[in-house]
Amino acid sequence: MKIAARTGAVLTATALTFALAACSASNEGSTDTESSATETTDTAMELSGSLNGAGASSQESAMEAWRAGFQSANPDVTVNYDPVGSGGGRTQFLDGATSFAGSDAQMDEEEYDLSIARCDGESGAIHLPMYISPIAVIFNLDGIDSLNMDADTIADIFNGTITNWSDDAIASQNEGVELPDSAITIVHRADESGTTENFTEYLAAASTTWGQEASGDWMGAAGESGQGTSALVQIVQDNAGTIGYADASRAGDLGTVALKVGEEYVPFSAEAAAAVVDASPAADYTSGENDLAIHLDRTTTAAGAYPLVLVSYHIVCQQYDDATEAALVTGFLKYVASEEGQAQSASAAGSSPISADLSAKITAILDEIAAA
Amino acid sequence: MTTTDKPTAVTAAGTPLTAHTERAANKVFFGLSATAATLILVTLAAVATFLLVEAWPALTDTSGEVAAKISWVRPDEGQSLIELAGFLVFGTVLISAVALLIATPLSIGIALFISHFAPRKLAQGLGYMIDLLAAIPSVVYGLWGAIVVIPVLQPAYEWISTYFGWIPLFAPAADGTISSTGRVAMSAGIVLAIMVVPIITAVTREVFLQTPKLHEEAALAMGATRWEMIRMAVFPFARSGMIGATMLGLGRALGETMAVYMILSVGLSYSFGLFNAASHNTIASFIAGQFPEANTQGVSALIALGLALFIITLLVNMLARWIVARRAEFSGAN
Repeated sequence: MKIAARTGAVLTATALTFALAACSASNEGSTDTESSATETTDTAMELSGSLNGAGASSQESAMEAWRAGFQSANPDVTVNYDPVGSGGGRTQFLDGATSFAGSDAQMDEEEYDLSIARCDGESGAIHLPMYISPIAVIFNLDGIDSLNMDADTIADIFNGTITNWSDDAIASQNEGVELPDSAITIVHRADESGTTENFTEYLAAASTTWGQEASGDWMGAAGESGQGTSALVQIVQDNAGTIGYADASRAGDLGTVALKVGEEYVPFSAEAAAAVVDASPAADYTSGENDLAIHLDRTTTAAGAYPLVLVSYHIVCQQYDDATEAALVTGFLKYVASEEGQAQSASAAGSSPISADLSAKITAILDEIAAA
Repeated sequence: MTTTDKPTAVTAAGTPLTAHTERAANKVFFGLSATAATLILVTLAAVATFLLVEAWPALTDTSGEVAAKISWVRPDEGQSLIELAGFLVFGTVLISAVALLIATPLSIGIALFISHFAPRKLAQGLGYMIDLLAAIPSVVYGLWGAIVVIPVLQPAYEWISTYFGWIPLFAPAADGTISSTGRVAMSAGIVLAIMVVPIITAVTREVFLQTPKLHEEAALAMGATRWEMIRMAVFPFARSGMIGATMLGLGRALGETMAVYMILSVGLSYSFGLFNAASHNTIASFIAGQFPEANTQGVSALIALGLALFIITLLVNMLARWIVARRAEFSGAN
């Protein structure tokens, strides 16, 4: 059953979007109300019209930066992104209401089938991983900036098995660090969140002691909790002896945990986060080789990879019925995949830029879509 | 007796008013007030219907879809939707009760001071200040509570728990510790109390001021001290008003979302330990926390919880009405 209130809000938002798009078009004295794109060339693109997307709220601040960057380069284009959530974004895209979707999760098989009808009836939609956000395990201990921990230790702490900072399990991995003999206070998210889901997915896959499945709702030991990232970080900042997890860009001056990957300990960094995406295999089912959906390898042993990341996709058609739509989508997403676009989101949202290889691969796929 | 052809009424200002326009004005005014009254009923009915209709899929689900699709409904772990509602209702009532226990004596004290003790000038200023407290948005109270109040309260909790830990309300958790951050039910109750004080104060102050002067003077003439006069003349007269004011405050405390949402480290239990970490949550704060990421089934389940809150609030108000009505005949007013 559809929820009337929600649907209403979405409809209103969509209506507003169209109204705004119409306004901007008429302001610029365009005679053609339907957006029009001139023939695209490789060097210069003259795009106009409005591009609508919807989906994951994790991408929201990055999307703000991409929109601003892209619109300043293409003043005739309006990009709209409605952060309704991953599921809502996929639904709107599959209904044909939007041109692309942002999603933290891969489409399921049913949605793949729907996407074929949504696109051109032959090829389905594909996933492009363009937003990588590392999650940091943050703690507040006087004078300690970094600790080494393997996944089992982290799982034990968040399970409530390890309750003291001077526990042997922590001390043995951190020789030379003076650990205080004080209780550990764990801090988790009170609301259902993608950060929690990715964090517990990592613990479930990489540790032997977590003993639960991944969940967006906290299932570990009861501890302190905050609503949203800001509250969680605030609690860790205010209280010594606390440990929590948050978007790495929010770690600030707090101590962070270097994860054990293979035989090394890897602190989070943009390169390390991008490395795990490159090292991960393709997802179990994809709609062809252009579909870059990955099965994030949390147990990777690749050197210098940081497996505790959140990856968000852009879902697009391989072929659009409407050439204008195709030009707008590919134009915008090429900007997102470019070095400049990734730098924009890194500074605005603290995400990790995708690797140059991945960027080149995505650009090639987008060129194919534009040409189709 | 002579009658004029056109009978005219005269207004206070002396301008003639025809009977016709007088009747019309009456009608219009009646229509307006009747519409307003009906509108309130319609709104209430609309909210109730909305809650019932939207919550229906979750309430009547027998296929286990609710448990399968909502991550925070886990029947295997003693957290089915009904059990969840039980925990949340308990938390909501507990925190509201704490807030009322603190706010009621405080408010009555303030109201008495303003109505019977303070010099007129001071009373006016103080009354104005109290009203201002009511105008502060709850999100500001929440921020203030989370950032300023809690760090100050936590050491006090440690102290109370050490020396008065034998009282169940102040007892430490099973592992012998209390929350190290102070994000507990007690803190939420205290901040809620501060938010409720202006409401209870404003109403009780008005009621105290209504006490018949003759009663008060009679008491004083009998040789009663001021306190005895208040006990014998003011309180009996104001009792139903005081109860009504408290219930109004309780309504606010039950439904308050933002302040609790920002102050409390949430958890689910039937613990009376007000200082224990992660033991309580309220319905309103739970809904606010889970709504943004909820799917269709999740929204329906959350609305079912909202329905539970609606029913509690309704019961509280009916109870208050009943108490006020029952007490009215015994009050000193007659």
